[in-house]
Amino acid sequence: MFRFLLSRLTMIVPTFIGVTIAAFSFIRLLPGDPILLMAGERGVTPERRAELEAVMGFDRPLWEQYLGFLGDLLQGNLGVSIVTKAPVLEEFLGRFPATLELSVIAIVFAVALGLPAGVIAAVRRGSIFDHTVMGISLTGYSMPIFWWGLLLIILFSGILGWTPVSGRISFLYYFEPVTGFMLIDSLLSGQPGAFQSAVMHLILPAVVLGTIPLAVIARQTRSAMLEVLSEDYVRTARAKGLSPARVIGVHALRNALITVVTVIGLQVGVLLAGAILTETIFAWPGIGKWMIDSIFRRDYPSVQGGLLMIASIVMLVNLIVDLTYGLINPSIRHER
Amino acid sequence: MAELDSSTAQIGTFRYSLFEFWRYFRENPGAVAGLYFILLVLFCALFADVIAPWDPTLQNRDALLQPPVWQEGGSWDYIIGTDAVGRDLLSRIIYGARYSMFIGAMVVTLSMSAGVMLGLIAGYFRGRIETTIMRIMDVILAFPSLLLALGLVAILGPALINAMIAIAIVLLPHFVRLTRSSVMSEKNKEYVIASRLAGASHLRLMINTILPNCMAPLIVQGTLSFSNAILDAAALGFLGMGAQPPTPEWGAMLAEAREFILRAWWVVTFPGLAILLTVLSINLMGDGLRDALDPKMKRS
Repeated sequence: MFRFLLSRLTMIVPTFIGVTIAAFSFIRLLPGDPILLMAGERGVTPERRAELEAVMGFDRPLWEQYLGFLGDLLQGNLGVSIVTKAPVLEEFLGRFPATLELSVIAIVFAVALGLPAGVIAAVRRGSIFDHTVMGISLTGYSMPIFWWGLLLIILFSGILGWTPVSGRISFLYYFEPVTGFMLIDSLLSGQPGAFQSAVMHLILPAVVLGTIPLAVIARQTRSAMLEVLSEDYVRTARAKGLSPARVIGVHALRNALITVVTVIGLQVGVLLAGAILTETIFAWPGIGKWMIDSIFRRDYPSVQGGLLMIASIVMLVNLIVDLTYGLINPSIRHER
Repeated sequence: MAELDSSTAQIGTFRYSLFEFWRYFRENPGAVAGLYFILLVLFCALFADVIAPWDPTLQNRDALLQPPVWQEGGSWDYIIGTDAVGRDLLSRIIYGARYSMFIGAMVVTLSMSAGVMLGLIAGYFRGRIETTIMRIMDVILAFPSLLLALGLVAILGPALINAMIAIAIVLLPHFVRLTRSSVMSEKNKEYVIASRLAGASHLRLMINTILPNCMAPLIVQGTLSFSNAILDAAALGFLGMGAQPPTPEWGAMLAEAREFILRAWWVVTFPGLAILLTVLSINLMGDGLRDALDPKMKRS
């Protein structure tokens, strides 16, 4: 196990270095002059420009800039936002709980619906239910989620008037964030109606963000179940006279779950990409919207830091999924 | 004479395999429906000038946000209504087909040709060059696709062509990985060894001997990438980083329509529906292709 762990860790190091190089080059390839942008509309004198360049390190050779960048990184310093003048890491961490909360609820929604749907579709293979689930899942997989979000707003906010259009909670409530997670904070605040308001704000974005993972999970659960159901040990379990529920729930599902858990883990990238669109539509103050705003404002340090953080999160989750998979399935671990 | 024989035999097997392919493909009603819809979209794209009732950029100040014909206030002049500056929605959607098909075709061509080449090199030569290529692909994969595309467009500047290049780069690793693994499994098979012993060069081995036998999964991946390209390009257009107004690109149309969602449902509904149906059809077709081309890959 130790060797397996070590080999996976050594594999991730060059990728991480690659990611830092990509993020580092990004800021230097962007169009426009960052110095001019920082100086504002009044322009910049040659002396001031030289000073700013020295502060930003643009006057040093590239490799030196890169090493400096790495050094800062190791100390948790991602630079300072040009627009807000706040440290990028602080900006990122301040918004991350909003995205995390949205993503967690989205994935819970996707698993809660997708897993049972996939299992039942596999067990009743060829039935109308199976065809319906597969049809819906392919539609969900093909869905332009930014349009899906707008449609849901038209229906639930416009026509029915059930849910609010944007934000995380109604303006009526205010309390200091404790955890950063609105569902928890609103409960802690003790204000009547606050929790309900937070839930109503969360439902539509979570459904929109969870749609593609839902489709993928339903599809993959079905095919994993079909594969497992044709295995000898399932036939043996049936032959032993176990109840169908036990055969499916214990013998088959548990083994199918190995594949499904991996699939769920790999949805993190999908979720973070989807968060950009979902947060834009619902004005959700998370990192997706922050990234888009930063790109439009040409806030280079924020974009660079954001790219780096998001890629690191994706890599970290993939690594955890990989290790868990090796933990559950010994044949992967011993593969060389 | 001998040459002639072998070439006619080849045409024979090609025709036969095409026939066999169609026999399998036809069995999947979803795939056939998808194919027909894509042919319709393709027809719209090719003959937009002829079939679109209006010029897609022509504004009519007397018909702003006019609803579809079946709703009160609608007229047969604008069957599915007009947008906020009085342009015919139907014509814009028909012209939009042109952009989506073009984006899909360009992105897949770019990404597939580069990806297959890199994958061939990596899988055939192995060693350091393989490690380098695959690590770069890992780096690309570490970024969520849309985010990377956005970043690249930010560097290149917001325009349709840049969006296409960005999406091609984002889709690249899938082709590289797929080609590499197919090449690695084919490389040590007997027909390749025989060909090598007969004195075939590296290039000939890679392209003439190995590549044709790796095509089936690549064609399927190509189809999936086609639909991904359309979706991502629409998303970039929606975010204002792809096609720019007044281009009748479906994603950009949705971006323009956003502020009217609660007043005029049709300006939002129809462009999105066009994206969904097109992408869904391509995915349905991709499923059918996968089953027909390689029964082994059939996901039951």
